[in-house]
Amino acid sequence: MSNLETYNKIFRSMFRKTDEELPALKYRGIALWDSIGHMDLMGELEEAFDIRIDTQDVLDFTSYEKGKEVLGRYGVVIE
Amino acid sequence: MNYEDLLQIGPYELGEEEKDRIYGELLSRLTDRHRSRCELYDRVCNLLGDLPGTTRTVEEIPMTPVSLFKQADLCSVPAEEVFKTMTSSGTSGQKTSKIFLDQQTAAWQQRTLERIIRDFIGERRIPMLIVDSPNVLRDRNLFSARGAGILGFSIFGTKRRYALTADMELDYDAVLEFLETAAGGPVLVFGFTYIIWKHFYQALAALGKTLPLENGFLIHGGGWKKLQNEAVSADVFKKGLKNVCGISKVRNYYGMAEQTGCIYMECECGSLHVSSYSDVRIRNMEDFSCCKNGTEGVIQVLTPMAWSYPGHSILTEDKGTILGVDDCPCGRKGKYIKITGRIPKAEVRGCSDTYEE
Repeated sequence: MSNLETYNKIFRSMFRKTDEELPALKYRGIALWDSIGHMDLMGELEEAFDIRIDTQDVLDFTSYEKGKEVLGRYGVVIE
Repeated sequence: MNYEDLLQIGPYELGEEEKDRIYGELLSRLTDRHRSRCELYDRVCNLLGDLPGTTRTVEEIPMTPVSLFKQADLCSVPAEEVFKTMTSSGTSGQKTSKIFLDQQTAAWQQRTLERIIRDFIGERRIPMLIVDSPNVLRDRNLFSARGAGILGFSIFGTKRRYALTADMELDYDAVLEFLETAAGGPVLVFGFTYIIWKHFYQALAALGKTLPLENGFLIHGGGWKKLQNEAVSADVFKKGLKNVCGISKVRNYYGMAEQTGCIYMECECGSLHVSSYSDVRIRNMEDFSCCKNGTEGVIQVLTPMAWSYPGHSILTEDKGTILGVDDCPCGRKGKYIKITGRIPKAEVRGCSDTYEE
């Protein structure tokens, strides 16, 4: 599975969305992506990509799109 | 300058003169904003003699008594923009404060907390032991200050483990197992003062067991009132915890649901530090004038963070003193304070705790 497929799969299952809906997703934009959902999402991503995201990047991870950039800082290229 | 710019400044590096200038301007604009969007707040300001459209000094910004948040719904954004509603207490039939958060304010709260705590524990996330029951977060749309505290601090944790069961019993074996996976590395321990004492320290002491937390960093808040009734001082609290889990970094914080995120962290010298993101005035209990440093009075808290509700200048029901400015031996700039108690006749509320047995 490519990084993008893994990334999308996590988003789809956590927030119950389709691939088409993902690019518009924003932190606090939907009920499921609240601070509880956010920390669960961080945990899933850290496990899937074997990284540890710093606190500041946890808060910088403000949307589906922005998240790709944040993971890039850890050498995880999502494309 | 706006709150976003303020967040770019380090938590303990803003000089007092500059801070007064920035806060006078930001809080004046914010007062006008809230006046035009919250009718009740506007009426309160009129009663207090506030002149709209003027640049006030920090001292002139009208103070909302904290009890008003219990008596009325104070909100400055349209209902559809309210993302979360937070309550200061939940269980015991006491009146609760309701705080209405939009996305912007909720995001600022989290980033403010991150800026402050990073100064103490660094930017790496570490395993986190939450001394509470997972039940506190049952309803994710309407949560208590206790839940908000846990959620707010959760951003610092990698793995998270609740130390207590639904019945508030210490789950010793699970906690021990969790700490063993942390392998003696740093662990963040978070909880409310009274709960840590009652359900963690006393439970361990009663079991006659210890936990390996020599590298732990314990952060606790929520008020001392209940422990003072049991004659447990800060010193006794620290020594007790050191005895049962070897932990030496035990830090208190002061803060309130009405300004979540803007907390006042205890430094290694035992003082509570005012960060760049909020400010404090000590008010004389008779005439509400500002007290000199070192004089006890009622604590007023101010922050330009309160965007979706008019909570940018609040007169609390707590008493305290400003111990000094810029010269704490720990090296952090800004004011440092001490909380000395609660004002008489204030409606008794345990703090964010509201925890009833």
